[in-house]
Amino acid sequence: MSAANLSSEQSHAQHHDAPPRGITRWLYATNHKDIGVMYLVFGVLMFFVGGLLAELIRSELLTPTMRVLTPEAYNQVITIHGLVMVFAAVMPITTGFANYLIPLMIGAPDMALPRLNNWGFWLLPAAAVLLVLPWGLKLIGIGTGTIDTGWTMYAPLSIQAGPGADFAFVAVLLLGLSSTMASINILVTVAQQRAPGMSWLRLPVFVWSWVITALLLIAVFPALMAGCIMQITDRHFGTHFFSASGGGDPVLWEHIFWFFGHPEVYILLLPTAGLLPHILATFARKPLYGYKAQVYSFCAIGVMSIVVWAHHMFTSGMPTDVNIYFMLSTMAISVPVAVLFFCWFGTIWRGSMTFETPMLFALGYIVLFGIGGLTGLVLSDAAADQQYHNTYFLVAHFHYALFGGPIMGIFAALYYYLPKMTGRMYSEILGRWHFWLTLAAFNLVFMPQFLLGIAGMPRRIPDYALQFAPLNMVSSIGAFALGATQLLFLYNILRTAFGTSGAVASARVWEGSSGLEFTLPSPPPFHTFATPPAID
Amino acid sequence: MSGEKVLRLGLSGVIGAAFLPVRAQARAFYNFQTPVTPIARDVLFIHDLFLVIIAILFAAGIGLLLYTVYAHSRRRHRTAATFTQPVGRKQWLWASTPFVALLIIDYVVLGIPALHSIWALADTRGAEMTVQVTAHQWHWQYQYPAYGIGFSSDLSTPARQIDDRAPKDKHFLLEVNHPLVLPTHEKVLLVLASSDVIHAFWVPAFGVKQDVVPGYLRQTWVEIDKPGVYRGQCAELCGVGHAFMPIVVQAVPPAQFQHWVAAERAREAAVQATASATYSEAQLILRGRQIFQSNCAACHQSNGLGLPGAFPPIAAGHPFAASAPMLAALRARGFYRHGLIVEGPVPNHIRIVLHGIPGTPMPSFAAQLSAADIAAVITYERNDFGNHTGDVIEPATVAALKDGH
Repeated sequence: MSAANLSSEQSHAQHHDAPPRGITRWLYATNHKDIGVMYLVFGVLMFFVGGLLAELIRSELLTPTMRVLTPEAYNQVITIHGLVMVFAAVMPITTGFANYLIPLMIGAPDMALPRLNNWGFWLLPAAAVLLVLPWGLKLIGIGTGTIDTGWTMYAPLSIQAGPGADFAFVAVLLLGLSSTMASINILVTVAQQRAPGMSWLRLPVFVWSWVITALLLIAVFPALMAGCIMQITDRHFGTHFFSASGGGDPVLWEHIFWFFGHPEVYILLLPTAGLLPHILATFARKPLYGYKAQVYSFCAIGVMSIVVWAHHMFTSGMPTDVNIYFMLSTMAISVPVAVLFFCWFGTIWRGSMTFETPMLFALGYIVLFGIGGLTGLVLSDAAADQQYHNTYFLVAHFHYALFGGPIMGIFAALYYYLPKMTGRMYSEILGRWHFWLTLAAFNLVFMPQFLLGIAGMPRRIPDYALQFAPLNMVSSIGAFALGATQLLFLYNILRTAFGTSGAVASARVWEGSSGLEFTLPSPPPFHTFATPPAID
Repeated sequence: MSGEKVLRLGLSGVIGAAFLPVRAQARAFYNFQTPVTPIARDVLFIHDLFLVIIAILFAAGIGLLLYTVYAHSRRRHRTAATFTQPVGRKQWLWASTPFVALLIIDYVVLGIPALHSIWALADTRGAEMTVQVTAHQWHWQYQYPAYGIGFSSDLSTPARQIDDRAPKDKHFLLEVNHPLVLPTHEKVLLVLASSDVIHAFWVPAFGVKQDVVPGYLRQTWVEIDKPGVYRGQCAELCGVGHAFMPIVVQAVPPAQFQHWVAAERAREAAVQATASATYSEAQLILRGRQIFQSNCAACHQSNGLGLPGAFPPIAAGHPFAASAPMLAALRARGFYRHGLIVEGPVPNHIRIVLHGIPGTPMPSFAAQLSAADIAAVITYERNDFGNHTGDVIEPATVAALKDGH
């Protein structure tokens, strides 16, 4: 960055050192902290929307009878639950952390492309509205409700689906645009805006995790977006990309979807896997273990995740050799993931640990995501996958991987950075209750689902045979408890953000914290690092 | 087959010891259904092996975690260490052992049995019999080309059990009107096709799950070694009836299978005969109600009101709004006027049921319902749900249209 540029940033900061007032502050926001907060608020809101849909699913599955939903409504609810949680909850929250934290962590005054940042965010609410709008339309007698194909949107079921599917495809296109903009912004920021002395191999691990995540998003989201356009033309303009009756290939969509969908798992996972070491190191009061090993593991995971997608399709009838390739390549990913686990253990080993809420969630992450990872190893087996595929075993596996990983990581990071963002401490007692109840309830929901899958219950069915009844009831009761527990979390963050009862947070917040973001006051001023910090 | 030998050696040698004690104990809890084919036994073996390995790995991980949480808490360990990576050759060696172990677990302990099973499943040679399985929204159809017989297999659980208006029976949602009958101890090739969307054929006791993809013929095989009834379900979301298309397989000894074939042929001949028989209105309506519940009610609903926007009502005089192509098709056939469903001409009604309406979800029933069944269900539809046309359709009328007149 040139000196001239820096000085213009400085004068800019002097002119507008206080945030604008009123709604325009948010509508026209270009400040990375404001946009980061908007992403976080939007993501948490959608987490509760997705959670409400999960409660509907579990209410229907409480007993073997169609009681709460019709089969059509059930299919719509599971589809929107998946789309909302993946695209509208977890991804925006991790992008929010990127926006808020990356400039602070690398000593930059803001993101490199602030207006693009604004646009990227404001596409999200539009996409979320598109996903649920068909339900509103149905209430006034238009259409058949929203998309009902499952979040995988397999053709030709998707071509048969009602107009809700068009809304969903357009929503995914918007989400793809939004993610691509955010990713470009993050890459440019990290490449161009680092403070002098902040070399690539001194970047905090979280920043590295987002560099790989952004590269993945740019690599794979276009494939899904192209696929969505092909779906739309199949539905309305007489093409037959995915319809066998016109010479198309339904399996092609599966390939396109999973070419995106598998890296997507790591897109959800990596940012929190990058935040985890910061939290572990802080509360172990020890430097990070295996910095380079973690960075190189992120790179390896990024590359490998692009070439293993068809392990989601072992039962689709691919040639034997193809199944074997995807099995062997998938197994290889266990190595860099194991390196991450090794480094996490190395970071806390012989530390001097205290167990504040963020640390509890970070340790919970290791346990739950560990179960997700180990069962993933099981699923990589193309032979045994014949039995696990599309059963509740799979459902349990990816909830351990995606709730156990990203969502536990998000809780950890929110509690960790909330005092930094708001200047006040959250309630530690409520936080701990939130952790322990979440841990217990989560296992109560999903442990029985492993057993259900093994016993032979397929996923995505609204009604089931009687031998599955007892475990489903346990799982549903767990889900109600898990949902209720999240209200504690909501209360705790609202109380911290808007209340005055919490203790005032220091700049450093935690005794063991390190990093540029903790050199700033809590909350940080509207503009930070207008002059780049000195990196020791 | 030296490769085979090596694999078997690998199977028994590398992991046999770890696997035996757990097997007995694992059976006691929720587990895979008892395997009855070679593939299912392979898969169960791999599953049991996995359970042992991931249990060990998890125990090791959680043990380490609990230990460090206990021993390296601030109360017991006041000064944190400062190391950030392995130092010296010895530490590097120690640090790399977990990864070497992981690679061995991946590619040897788990990889070898997996390859064995994958190759075994792919080997469809030497089948003694072929059954063609066709998936429809939402039922299965089975054909035995060698015997010239075939039938469709529909859920037989009544709607009132699903709606909780009647007590559920033992095999709720896993029972059909006409199970797939297979001989034991014979390698049976299943050739799978779909008439609409992707479905998946899955019977847990056979260890086989195969997606059924429209536009392709997929194949898999079973060799059942124990007579019995085995139940499975469609395992790929295929629309609103996905939960309601079970697979029931009845495995019988070969001699009994031949008896069944003879009986099935006789039954089909009798069905053929019904095409020229005549029935009373009451007989037709009685039979028609059963046919409707098991073939039509999934979409048109058991009360005949359909689903707004997707599936038209059967009861005339009801409003219906849907996509333009669907309404145009209904209008052209005389079943739709001024936004309302009307009772169209009988021959068109028969043609719709026989051939379906292309471009809409209405499928053809010509292959799965006999002329007598179609006559019965149309008579029922035209005299129930508030319709009082008094029309009585005899099988001969349907048979005539079926033959293309």
